Amino acid sequence: MSSEWPLWEIFIRGQHGLNHRHVGSLHAPDAALAIKHARDVYTRRNEGVSIWVVPSDAITASSPSDKGPLFEPSNAKVYRHPTFFDIPDEVGKM
Amino acid sequence: MALAALDLDQALFEGLCRLGDSTLVLGHRVSEWCGHAPVLEEDIALANVALDLIGQTQMWLGLAGEVEGKGRDADTLAFRRDVWDFRNLLLVERPNGDFGHTLMRQFLFDAWHQPMLKALEGSGDARIAEIAAKAGKEVAYHLERSADLVIRLGDGTTESHQRMQTALDKLWPYTGEMMMADATDQALAGAGIIAAPDSLRPAWDALVGEVLTEATLKPPEGRYMHKGGKQGTHSEHLGHMLTEMQWLQRAYPDAKW
Amino acid sequence: MYAQMVTSEASNEDPEKLAAFQARIDAGEKIEPKDWMPEGYRKTLIRQIGQHAHSEIVGQLPEGNWITRAPTLERKAILLAKVQDEAGHGLYLYCAAETLGVSRDELTEALLAGKMKYSSIFNYPTLNWADIGAVGWLVDGAAIMNQVPLQRTSFGPYSRAMIRICKEESFHQRQGYDIMMKMAQGTPEQKAMAQDALNRFWYPSLMMFGPSDRDSVHSAQSMAWKIKINTNDELRQKFVDQTVPQAEYLGLTIPDPDLKWNEEKGGYDFSEPDWSEFFEVIKGNGPCNAERMEARQKAWDDGAWFRDGLMAHAKKRAAARVAAE
Repeated sequence: MSSEWPLWEIFIRGQHGLNHRHVGSLHAPDAALAIKHARDVYTRRNEGVSIWVVPSDAITASSPSDKGPLFEPSNAKVYRHPTFFDIPDEVGKM
Repeated sequence: MALAALDLDQALFEGLCRLGDSTLVLGHRVSEWCGHAPVLEEDIALANVALDLIGQTQMWLGLAGEVEGKGRDADTLAFRRDVWDFRNLLLVERPNGDFGHTLMRQFLFDAWHQPMLKALEGSGDARIAEIAAKAGKEVAYHLERSADLVIRLGDGTTESHQRMQTALDKLWPYTGEMMMADATDQALAGAGIIAAPDSLRPAWDALVGEVLTEATLKPPEGRYMHKGGKQGTHSEHLGHMLTEMQWLQRAYPDAKW
Repeated sequence: MYAQMVTSEASNEDPEKLAAFQARIDAGEKIEPKDWMPEGYRKTLIRQIGQHAHSEIVGQLPEGNWITRAPTLERKAILLAKVQDEAGHGLYLYCAAETLGVSRDELTEALLAGKMKYSSIFNYPTLNWADIGAVGWLVDGAAIMNQVPLQRTSFGPYSRAMIRICKEESFHQRQGYDIMMKMAQGTPEQKAMAQDALNRFWYPSLMMFGPSDRDSVHSAQSMAWKIKINTNDELRQKFVDQTVPQAEYLGLTIPDPDLKWNEEKGGYDFSEPDWSEFFEVIKGNGPCNAERMEARQKAWDDGAWFRDGLMAHAKKRAAARVAAE
């Protein structure tokens, strides 16, 4: 038989209140074992409080060639950033 | 009265050695897999189990040394006693065999270890209760893992089923010792320090029964149970393990490591 | 190093694309798996990351050799944790290689078939307890020299794996030196073990960096691609300069009568290792090559039923779930 265990992407929440972050991947026969493996492989140094596992082939990624059209337009929207606006010191903290 | 206190201390020392020697010997066995497991994820997981067990050994044997009061620490107890002074269960000194045999041994032990520690959390001896609480969290995970793997492999391929059934048949006669009481157990249970070993039987039976059923495995028919490990009468395997484990300490007794 | 003598592949692609790719690397951008990359870059990386991963896995064996004989409970736990880390590092690296379109099983089979290499250092035996100290101090020390700069490598997954590995490895060399200190300050027998370990591991450690690559075309290409950051000679010199004072502190003698400080270059002059020995080890004639490969082959073969059994069960469960829906 010998079919390789599928690959899973592992996301770990480092502390309560933070987002889950991608930390790496591993092989496991199914999701339940992927969680156990992730616990053993990626939290050996007390790195996590919660684990997500996602089959690697379930991830759809944006295409590198679309990088320009996808991300550059937002560069021009400088008014979205608070530093765009000058507020006089006398007004106080805002 | 003074004599009774002395006896209880002696029983307590014995009881702590039973706990610490079992975790030491099993931790050692599990560590033999490091670098040789069937898949990387499992190699890493097993090392975690072994590390937990070695850590628990340090606590149990450390306390045993204190109770004994002769200046022996956990390392002295682990590395300078001979086979007849070891009090571990026969189950844990069984050689690793194939990976299924290792996992089955782990499961049969964990299914006792976890409820046993749970009971020890209520020990009248605060030091024991504290260690049991810490170890209990680790062992709860060991049990979750080993039970899950036994189920999956029992109900996997024809070959994995066969291997798990063979492992179960071989190991089953070593399971009875965990729930058998002797005078030491009775003294400790009577003093409220440990739970009586036979009181753990229903929980073990229920859990093991449930897991084996789901794994499509059957305990063997025979009812004979080996015993002796807790009193220091071991199989031939333990001597070989200790020869290896204790070699440096024995060969260079004056050295500090 | 953990990746020694990796030959780089030439690339025959569109010069314009190649130039644009090189410009990205020169600008310090990271290359990600889905980005266009020259075929040579991909193949060289698979070879290098794969070799690095294999080295971590085979590297478990010489140290694992002492887990069951570690002299105290604490030493046993530390060593086990360290060897476990190596399995983890192998795992991270295999995953990085897998983003390039090769599977871990394929890489493993290539290793077992002798088509891929691992570092020469792991073909040397660990004969006394001080060897465990020497491996941490010298072998991990040499590896760190290479791995720290590799955190800046151009391939994103490789770089991220190296960052994680370097963070975890920081205790490895220190635990090795800690053992060496205990041994060097211990009984006469312990001190003799420490010296014996240094004698045997010194030259094999120098070999880890590979032969001089001043004139190597492969190295030049890999350096341009930023999958190799320093030359072998630079790293070897840095290693010697760092290690000699550490040996002096221990009161141990580096087994090189020609070792001496060179004021002018601001580093030590030292003897080259025996490169004919190195090439024999690479060819398979080192003291432990056969045992190392046998051990890995056995783990792979004996584990097949386990891997298959779990996969079969997972498929049954998935099928049962579908049937229930």
